[in-house]
Amino acid sequence: MVPLNHVILYAVLMFAIGLYGALARRNVFIVLMGIELMLNAANIAFIGFASHLGNIAGQIISIFVITVAAGEAAVGLAIVVAIFRNRLSVNIDSFNLLKW
Amino acid sequence: MGSAQVFFYIFAALSLIFALLVVTRRNAIHSAICLIVTFFFMAAVFVILKAELLAAVQVLVYAGGVVGLMLYVIMLVKGEEANQVKHNLGQKIIAAFVALLLFIQLAAVVWVSLAGKKAGALAAEAAKFGGNTEGIGALLYTKYLLPFEVASVLLLAAMVGAIVLAKNKLER
Repeated sequence: MVPLNHVILYAVLMFAIGLYGALARRNVFIVLMGIELMLNAANIAFIGFASHLGNIAGQIISIFVITVAAGEAAVGLAIVVAIFRNRLSVNIDSFNLLKW
Repeated sequence: MGSAQVFFYIFAALSLIFALLVVTRRNAIHSAICLIVTFFFMAAVFVILKAELLAAVQVLVYAGGVVGLMLYVIMLVKGEEANQVKHNLGQKIIAAFVALLLFIQLAAVVWVSLAGKKAGALAAEAAKFGGNTEGIGALLYTKYLLPFEVASVLLLAAMVGAIVLAKNKLER
């Protein structure tokens, strides 16, 4: 039996690492990977609570989170490909079309 | 301390180390490989937390599907180019500060409010159906049928959107 607060602390650490990756890096792929890490941290928390409460609903919500993450990765990578065609760069600093 | 607990700490530490490697490697390909290893260790943690089906889904969908797709796109658009950016140390320090602040806030709340509670008990509903996969399947197709259908429509929309966005040019 793992203490619940250690599981949630693990999830929080994973979320913080993902947040650092999404904020600090300029390569758009690593930003996307940081977002994936944050979504996974949410999954860990859901599964930890599902296991603690003896209720399987948390695991079902994790499945929906994985679904949304898969869709997000597909659309995000398609956007990266579309921008790369115009800008010939994957550096996030050159993705400034909506900036004024 | 039971052996499951020891293995939880080992797998959690390994997945955190590889997650740190993901966000610190210069080469995006190396990051993607580290991400696959992270997801494998995370799946091991899910097994310890009695979520066997999710561990399998994690390996199949994340390590196999999402990161595989990412690797293809990284190789398509030559990700090396972003490596020769000038120093962005200021941004890194601010990002690390923000992440650390968030971690301290959440960890303080979690550590105090959840102390002394145990995880890892077999979910009662899963036990009723005779196993994790059966329990999730039975609930997913009865109580959570509407969210399940919404998720399938979402996946269809994402698929159509990805094809439209990545197409070379729209013929009219």
